[in-house]
Amino acid sequence: MAEEVLAPLAGTVLSVAVTVGATVEEDDELLVLEAMKMETVIYAPSEGEVTAVLVKAGDQVEEDDPLATID
Amino acid sequence: MAFLDQLGILSVTPGAVVMWVISLTLIYLAISKQYEPLLLLPIGFGILIANLPLTGLMTPGEGLIWRFYHYGVEWEVIPPLIFLGLGAHTDFGPLLSQPRLIFLGAAAQGGVYVTFFAAHAFGFTLQESASIGIIGGADGPTAIFLAAQLAPHLLGACAVAAYSYMALVPIIQPPIMRLLTTKEERAIRMKKARKVGAREKLVFPIAATMVIVLLVPASAPLIAMFMLGNLFRESKVVDRLTDTAQNALMNIVTMFLGISVGATMSAATFLRTDVLFIFALGLVAFAVSTASGVLLAKLMNLFTADKINPLIGAAGVSAVPMAARVAHKMGAEANKKNYLLMFAMGPNLSGVIGTVIAAGIFLTMLQ
Repeated sequence: MAEEVLAPLAGTVLSVAVTVGATVEEDDELLVLEAMKMETVIYAPSEGEVTAVLVKAGDQVEEDDPLATID
Repeated sequence: MAFLDQLGILSVTPGAVVMWVISLTLIYLAISKQYEPLLLLPIGFGILIANLPLTGLMTPGEGLIWRFYHYGVEWEVIPPLIFLGLGAHTDFGPLLSQPRLIFLGAAAQGGVYVTFFAAHAFGFTLQESASIGIIGGADGPTAIFLAAQLAPHLLGACAVAAYSYMALVPIIQPPIMRLLTTKEERAIRMKKARKVGAREKLVFPIAATMVIVLLVPASAPLIAMFMLGNLFRESKVVDRLTDTAQNALMNIVTMFLGISVGATMSAATFLRTDVLFIFALGLVAFAVSTASGVLLAKLMNLFTADKINPLIGAAGVSAVPMAARVAHKMGAEANKKNYLLMFAMGPNLSGVIGTVIAAGIFLTMLQ
């Protein structure tokens, strides 16, 4: 069951730690956002396979923008 | 021989040398540790030049820096202009999305009032106590605005205390927050609140100005400029003005503010036991404000199913956005999936307004 990982806050993508096809456990690091001069790590909400990575380093995201999907 | 009398170096007093050390320490902290450099760097330098003898820089009516101070600070022009810039930077979305967070910003003014009474108990006059108490609001321009009117002889000390403690928020707040909360409370993930429309964000500055100024007219210089800047931003039709308010204007007045405030700190005004009390009381103000914000959040949790993470109560201490960042980090330490930053901005911003209202009330009663 595909789960969308949404941005919990607005910011800039600093780095993406996974690629499409990677297997992740719950709480694995997916990517890092920068907001208000602070780095925030986004963790996998569940275990599964990363089926899509929708952002890359440098992208600006708004709150609730989809970042990735996990199946 | 007259020439020798003009040599500054022969008129140096021991007090001045102490102030040089203080000035160089502040400059060092600003540059090397990046403690609030935008203010502490010019303040530090202002202290230095004000304590070099025979310059005439602070001679009333004539001195260069005196003129900056007199027309910018004494005439209460600069702090409102800084608020114009701050308003243009501010997005009230996080606060409007969960209006109940306003109470946390209000509660975090607790340190202001507790310190006011404590200072008075220590022998400071009411006006001096208000200027010391307002340090707990963690709001530099407001503290300067208030002290310049109520206790100008304490302005320098109060400003340096306020900005120093703002820089130290990541050190001062966490122990208090940890003491007053359980790990479960810190791990609370807050529910996403409603989306805020552009029209709401447009109406807010106008409505807020009217409500606040009708209730506390003395807060008008700061609130009106703050909300005007916010209106510029949210109208989206005056981008040139918004950009200037956010950048060029802020930077210009910050320069003049820093150097003026620093230059008021001559050895005679600063090297007194009073100042040690001010620094101690300022710290108390910060600590009590942090605690009262957190405690109100815990209290509110008793009455609501939609739990508030009490850490964001500490962000009511309106060091924007430092205090919000601190709340976010501590939340993430307790629960990896906690993203408190935007929630914490709610109390952070309402704390700014709360501090201005507190200053307005002090002015109304004590001027």
